[in-house]
Amino acid sequence: MTLWRRPGLWIPLILVFLWGLLILVSGLDSMREVTFTLMMFATLAASLNILLGYTGYVSFGHIVFFGLGGYTGFYLLSQRGWPLSLAAVSGGLLSAAVAGLLGLAVLRLRGAYFALATIGINEAARAFISNFSPFGGATGLFVNFSYYQSYGGAGRALWLTFISLWLTILLVTVVSYGVKHSRFGLGLMAIREDEDAALVMGVKAPQAKTIAFVISAFFPGIVGTLYFFKNGNVEPGDAFQLHMSIETLVMIMLGGQGTVSGPLLGAVTYQGLRGYLLTSPLFKSLHLAIAGLVLLLIVLFLPAGAIGWLRQRFQGLRRFLE
Amino acid sequence: MVLNQLLASLTDGLLLGFVYGLAAMGLSLIWGVMCVINLAHGSVIALGMFGTYLLFSQTAWNPYLALLAVAVVGFLTGTAIYGAAVHRVINAPHLSSLLATFAVNMIFIGLGTAIFTTSPRNLDYSLGSLQIGAVIFPVTRLIAAMAAILLTVALYLFLFFSRPGKAIRAVANNRTAAELMGIPTSLVLASSFGLGTMLAAVAGGLIATFFPFTILSGGPYELKSFVICVLGGLGNPLGALLGGLLLGGLEGLIPTFMPVSWVPTVEFVLFVLVLVLRPTGLLGAR
Amino acid sequence: MILEVKDVTKLFGGLQALNHVSFTLPEGQILGLIGPNGAGKTTLFNVINGVFPPDQGRVTLRGEDITGLPPYEVARRGLARTYQVVRPLADLTVLENVMVGSCFGRHCYSLHQAAQVAREVLQQVGLVRHSALPAGSLNVAEKKRLELARAVAAQPYLLLLDEVLAGLNPSEIAAMLDTIRRIRDTGVTIIMIEHVMQAVMNISERILVLDYGQIIADGSPQEVANNLAVIEAYLGDPKLAARLLTG
Repeated sequence: MTLWRRPGLWIPLILVFLWGLLILVSGLDSMREVTFTLMMFATLAASLNILLGYTGYVSFGHIVFFGLGGYTGFYLLSQRGWPLSLAAVSGGLLSAAVAGLLGLAVLRLRGAYFALATIGINEAARAFISNFSPFGGATGLFVNFSYYQSYGGAGRALWLTFISLWLTILLVTVVSYGVKHSRFGLGLMAIREDEDAALVMGVKAPQAKTIAFVISAFFPGIVGTLYFFKNGNVEPGDAFQLHMSIETLVMIMLGGQGTVSGPLLGAVTYQGLRGYLLTSPLFKSLHLAIAGLVLLLIVLFLPAGAIGWLRQRFQGLRRFLE
Repeated sequence: MVLNQLLASLTDGLLLGFVYGLAAMGLSLIWGVMCVINLAHGSVIALGMFGTYLLFSQTAWNPYLALLAVAVVGFLTGTAIYGAAVHRVINAPHLSSLLATFAVNMIFIGLGTAIFTTSPRNLDYSLGSLQIGAVIFPVTRLIAAMAAILLTVALYLFLFFSRPGKAIRAVANNRTAAELMGIPTSLVLASSFGLGTMLAAVAGGLIATFFPFTILSGGPYELKSFVICVLGGLGNPLGALLGGLLLGGLEGLIPTFMPVSWVPTVEFVLFVLVLVLRPTGLLGAR
Repeated sequence: MILEVKDVTKLFGGLQALNHVSFTLPEGQILGLIGPNGAGKTTLFNVINGVFPPDQGRVTLRGEDITGLPPYEVARRGLARTYQVVRPLADLTVLENVMVGSCFGRHCYSLHQAAQVAREVLQQVGLVRHSALPAGSLNVAEKKRLELARAVAAQPYLLLLDEVLAGLNPSEIAAMLDTIRRIRDTGVTIIMIEHVMQAVMNISERILVLDYGQIIADGSPQEVANNLAVIEAYLGDPKLAARLLTG
């Protein structure tokens, strides 16, 4: 089928493309910084959704791939002098490889047991990296300001990371859509609904789950490298924040799990809400409590998320909102 | 000399292990009865710490008397959490109950941060120390360990020999069948959640008698509770105490063999390994 | 022979669920598998399609030893089954449910081909107008048909049906039997577990009776209905047999 007959793909793709273009044309540093954070979470959410939304496995350890990939990429950049693009892809590949190895063992667990194991993996990785001297142990790694000269100065380097992230979020959108509308994706959704029945129908669940895990781990590795390159340093406390994993889950729930555009929308909405609460003097100290209340209301009364709800409510929108 | 040191750090770890076990028991009970992982566990532990602290510092109650009040409030809070956040999603996929309890966690931490800030507190209370052989412990830690044992025994007797306890076990076993037998399952679930929350709050209060804390201090104990539950068998409250001892013992022993910063690595690797290789727990039944 | 089950034994703890079960099945038959509750019928299905490996014995499908293969490997070799308790993939549409069957069944169809096969099968079982509905919204009889459609869409050589008639009213049973016959006529071999005695006696060419994990009778419906051991173990009332065969 040709692209124009797939509005579920090109609508989010064009929106994200225009969004990035707008920031690029505006050339405003403040806009770029805000957008970087939004796009970062959107990419994390969209990639986690491949495991969570399509396959039905709840991972609290998504951020471990952000941390491990980010550390690897940053190490290659700062200690080995690799260019950003190559380091970022390597970070992604390392995360994917780790997911492949872990997946074979951990994906045998189901439901809450899997969720618990991912928490354990995140904490184990954080504790291990804190003691791993090539990665700088507890203090982590950093680059000097002069390092950015090779990129034509810090300003240019920041725009370069932004463009890289923009490409990454476009790629994750395409991959997410591609997975959902493939034979492989149908197998994943069968696993999500009833894994035993899927097995009996011929879905190679162990392999399919592992591949889904690998794909979902690739993108956080790239994002991590970009993020730490932008910051100029990486340390265990920043790289493996459990609550970032959980916030990513919240974004997916908000937008709609198992949809293509839901996680993107959820990430932008959640971050927007948080940004507002943090800057509003009235809510500043209560922002976490309010965000929690909003989450609770969504979980209890709107479990399909915004996009999911729209799809249920207005059948005609189904073709356009995926 | 080395042996003395080892003995001292092992005893230290084991004493702490009892309290870890008590904290984990709350999580384990809730999991065992309704298959919900309570992600508000850590914040409840922290609230237990603050409850004890406030009663002690504001009204000059004895901390152990304060613990009784904390237990009652903890139970009521637990039933309230169940009613507000868990009941609606009890039959939904795991993600819903995980996120619902996490939302409660955010609310508690958010309110707690707004009210108490995140600066450390310290319960200025001491009962002196006790020396046994070459080992010296603060009395507060001995009492905490003893309280943990007492509560475990009480919980055991309650679950296995009282009518409401039997109802809880029936609901844990098969909710639908229990409902058909005329057991008011919602009430039982709510009170189990209350009981689990109470145990966590009391554990927090006991910890507050010897360690400084902030509103965020519950987090690490929550993680330890996960490890303990898995070691002792998820859903097995008595296994939790043994799991706590095991973890406490490990924390006491590991530093004599390798730098103390490796402790969490060992703990969490062990955790994942046990989950994958023996999901019923090292000490689990079956 | 499409299926050979040889000396299969399965233990659950101390309980002998299957006790040296052996039988062979030629192509194109409908084999009825009957027996009291707990006789091991569903366990036999689970062993044949790879959900549990047997403790002893071999299962051969079309000349290939499939003992101990995981269920998805067995499915690809041309074996499909339905569940006694229906297991629709609730959030997927009816069409998608059936597509899972055809996509991952004997032929590794592409999505496009799978959708075509799925539509044909839905037509065959009379669910085509519900194609776009979520599977969770169907009623019990429709879910039973969906369960059957999913298995048929895999285009198997051998189809295992676990109580597809249970919970249906008489007119629904008649329609379902008709569908099953039509599936048989396309060349699919069928084993069906059934408690609706009259129906299974009518549709099967051959009946296998399982009791306490052992085969106690194997033969035509007439032979089985007149077998004393069967009557004692299962049917209870000798006159019942006569009524079943005439009814």
